[in-house]
Amino acid sequence: MNIYDIVFYLFAAITVLSAFFVVTTRNIVYSAYYLLFTFFGVAGIYVLLGADFIAMVQLIVYVGGILILILFGVMLTNKITSVEIKTGSVQVVPAAVGVALLAGILMASMVDTKWRSVETAMPSATTQGIGMLLIQQYAIVFELLGILLLIALIGAASMARK
Amino acid sequence: MIYDFFFKLTGSNFLADVIQSLLPLFIFILPFALFAVLFERKVSAHMQDRLGPMRVGYHGILQTIADILKLIQKEDIIPTLADKPLFNIAPVLVFAGSYAAFAAIPFSSAFIGSNIDLGVIFIIAASGFVVAGILMAGWSSNNKYSLLGAMRSAAQIISYEIPTVLVVLSIIMITGTTNLLTLSEMQTGHFWNWMIFGGPQMGLAKFIFIPIMIINFVIIYISTLAEVNRTPFDIPEAESELVSGYHTEYSGMKFAMFFLSEYANMFAVSAIVTALFLGGYQSPVGYLGNLFGAHWLIPIEQFFWFTAKGIFFVFVQMWLRWTLPRLRVDQLMALCWKYLIPIAFVNLLIIGLITVL
Repeated sequence: MNIYDIVFYLFAAITVLSAFFVVTTRNIVYSAYYLLFTFFGVAGIYVLLGADFIAMVQLIVYVGGILILILFGVMLTNKITSVEIKTGSVQVVPAAVGVALLAGILMASMVDTKWRSVETAMPSATTQGIGMLLIQQYAIVFELLGILLLIALIGAASMARK
Repeated sequence: MIYDFFFKLTGSNFLADVIQSLLPLFIFILPFALFAVLFERKVSAHMQDRLGPMRVGYHGILQTIADILKLIQKEDIIPTLADKPLFNIAPVLVFAGSYAAFAAIPFSSAFIGSNIDLGVIFIIAASGFVVAGILMAGWSSNNKYSLLGAMRSAAQIISYEIPTVLVVLSIIMITGTTNLLTLSEMQTGHFWNWMIFGGPQMGLAKFIFIPIMIINFVIIYISTLAEVNRTPFDIPEAESELVSGYHTEYSGMKFAMFFLSEYANMFAVSAIVTALFLGGYQSPVGYLGNLFGAHWLIPIEQFFWFTAKGIFFVFVQMWLRWTLPRLRVDQLMALCWKYLIPIAFVNLLIIGLITVL
């Protein structure tokens, strides 16, 4: 067990534990902050997998963007502390069946997939490769996504003007 | 590289990593904060025709150390109705966010915390933690002034991140790299190779770049100034209306951590501006080490030039603070969305056209 393994288990523990607390805590501000640690842990795991660009984008988009928006929304709401969030258990049997099915599918795909494990010395930078793929092989998808985001932007602006 | 030196000294990867990552804190941020606090007080005093702290040491040079000794002894007050866990974590989160930026700052060709390929983008990503920490501090204090200050601060940082990123993007388009060390190495030679003077290449493009780059430099300087919440953009702390913003309720060492991270942030944004536009650690005129044939001297000179440029821009931040009045909230947003972002977009478009042609 070398240092990378220890760091991996650290990030994995942060991700799983904080994700667990996100759904179990009763305070909405707390769950927003537990989400911060979940995103951080996921970004750390991306780095360990050698996906440096995705890790950075994960931090910028989720921590710097979405999480801050959630916090803004929560803090601008009146009487945030007295909001009762339902965290009890209802519909136990259907939920158990659904969870068991999902877990079974996930486990089956994890066991059946032939994972390619290559011994690499040091993962190289991925930014250039991602950029090349985006403007060559996936150019149309990339442009379509851009148009989609633009539509969302214009829609948000026009809704805010009313 | 310094890492190799520590690796030879300790014989273990892990210890070398730890020492390398703690180095900026102990040899740089703490002494810098000690210096900068006194410097700020002296600059403000001399601008208002006063002398500033004069009692402790010669012309008050030990004043900050006395202040820190006082802050350590202060009682750590937590308001009764504050949210204790978040209240205690918030200063740590803010400081961790601003210290994380130092990992990717190239102090000299021999010392960079981590030579990652996405240096600039990492620094931008790390600032997200600062925003989250500030919101945490404001909310957990259970004080309406703190909450207002935190909301203003977060809104301001998020808005001004857009012009910053647009300018950074234009630099990336010209140089084709996001690695701050490579970026600094590209601007080697004399000062006309710096990005603010059109970058290292010669020819017609360089002369078209010069005015655009100077405008870009002004945009990124204004927007990073807003990101560290300094006057004229200090409405998050506006002491005449909000007491002192999100750190109103903090005292003792927790307040000192906010203070430390504010000064660390000031240097960090100056360092980014320096590395992107003013050649990073490159000397404007050439190295004494080359002149005397002593090559071990060059990294030390580079460190000197980098900190000198950084501290100069910190000085400009202080100078602006004691010169300009504070902006109103609507003026602040108008400046960002109606002026800085459109200009940055036009610059990005022109630079894109030139680099394609």
